[in-house]
Amino acid sequence: MKRIIKIITLLVAVSALWIGLLQTSVLPHSYTWLLPMYSIVSLGCYGLLMVGVGLMRFPTCPHEAVLLQQDVVEAKEFLKQRGVDVSGSD
Amino acid sequence: MEDDGNDKGKNKYSIIVPTYNERLNIALLVYLVFKHLRDVDFEIIVVDDGSPDGTQEIVEQLQNVYGEDRILLRPRAKKLGLGTAYIHGLKHASGNFVVIMDADLSHHPKYLPSFIKKQLETGASIVTGTRYVKGGGVHGWNLMRKLTSRGANVLAQTLLWPGVSDLTGSFRLYKKWVLEDVISSCVSKGYVFQMEMIVRASRKGYLIEEVPITFVDRVYGSSKLGGSEIVEYLKGLAYLLVTT
Ligand SMILES: Nc1nc2c(ncn2[C@@H]2O[C@H](COP(=O)(O)OP(=O)(O)OP(=O)(O)O)[C@@H](O)[C@H]2O)c(=O)[nH]1
Ligand SMILES: [Mg+2]
Repeated sequence: MKRIIKIITLLVAVSALWIGLLQTSVLPHSYTWLLPMYSIVSLGCYGLLMVGVGLMRFPTCPHEAVLLQQDVVEAKEFLKQRGVDVSGSD
Repeated sequence: MEDDGNDKGKNKYSIIVPTYNERLNIALLVYLVFKHLRDVDFEIIVVDDGSPDGTQEIVEQLQNVYGEDRILLRPRAKKLGLGTAYIHGLKHASGNFVVIMDADLSHHPKYLPSFIKKQLETGASIVTGTRYVKGGGVHGWNLMRKLTSRGANVLAQTLLWPGVSDLTGSFRLYKKWVLEDVISSCVSKGYVFQMEMIVRASRKGYLIEEVPITFVDRVYGSSKLGGSEIVEYLKGLAYLLVTT
């Protein structure tokens, strides 16, 4: 099943549940009316939280840049001896 | 036809490297590949799109050092884009496995052995390099770049549920026939292409394994992906939502 159909199915199911709630009034009506709002806000919060956590835990590797520089020096040395032109942009 | 490399000794890896104005990087990359892949049968296929900086001259010099059978230059006349560069390279690949990597040294050849090892251990159809797990990482990105990357990832993970942690990374090892199968069903261009490849492969049920890689932003040369990356990304996401 295409992803979009899955998502739409989920949305339809949730709305059906909500309409059901509205009609049976197990919860007070005023509260049920606000539920979609709450869910959208919490979805947004979840997204922001995930991005925030991702940013805070963003894995960095400054040491790798140093290692790469050493590799570059080594490679240039080797290649120059064998007649490969490695001059230019430094 | 489908040689999955159960017999370890017979495996050959074709490393496809698309280049555009990478004269220095390609030389450094080739040296590092030879340094880190010692007991492995491999070839490097350089697909150069008529770089004006003379990348092809350098590749010819490298052929003199390492041999024309190890370094294959398969150029195209003009800049035709990354997606088709892979397809072009793939046509000339003689290995039963294919590695795709960038020339700009953001994909360090020292990780090649771990890709190969992972594949042999798991029999995976695809091994993909991921920056977002323990042992992986990125260097040289500013806050904005990190933010977009995280945002894009959260969006794609929630909507597409692909089962892979790094969707846009393009350092990957494929069984050759799997790559041929997946690439023929991909239509996206540029940045989205990598994401489409891995999402389609995952939907087709291929076993995908991950290995951590570190990613150092390019030091030499300049970026070829410009401008409206975010818009393109969102369009690509929408496209994948309705087609996969
Ligand atoms: N043959 C070919 N290679 C290309 C083309 N565009 C980009 N490349 C190569 O594809 C690889 C990835 O391109 P990059 O410009 O590094 O893209 P990026 O990694 O997203 O951007 P950076 O931040 O600059 O690293 C490099 O090896 C480029 O030389 C193209 O049109 N044709
Ligand atoms: Mg790059």
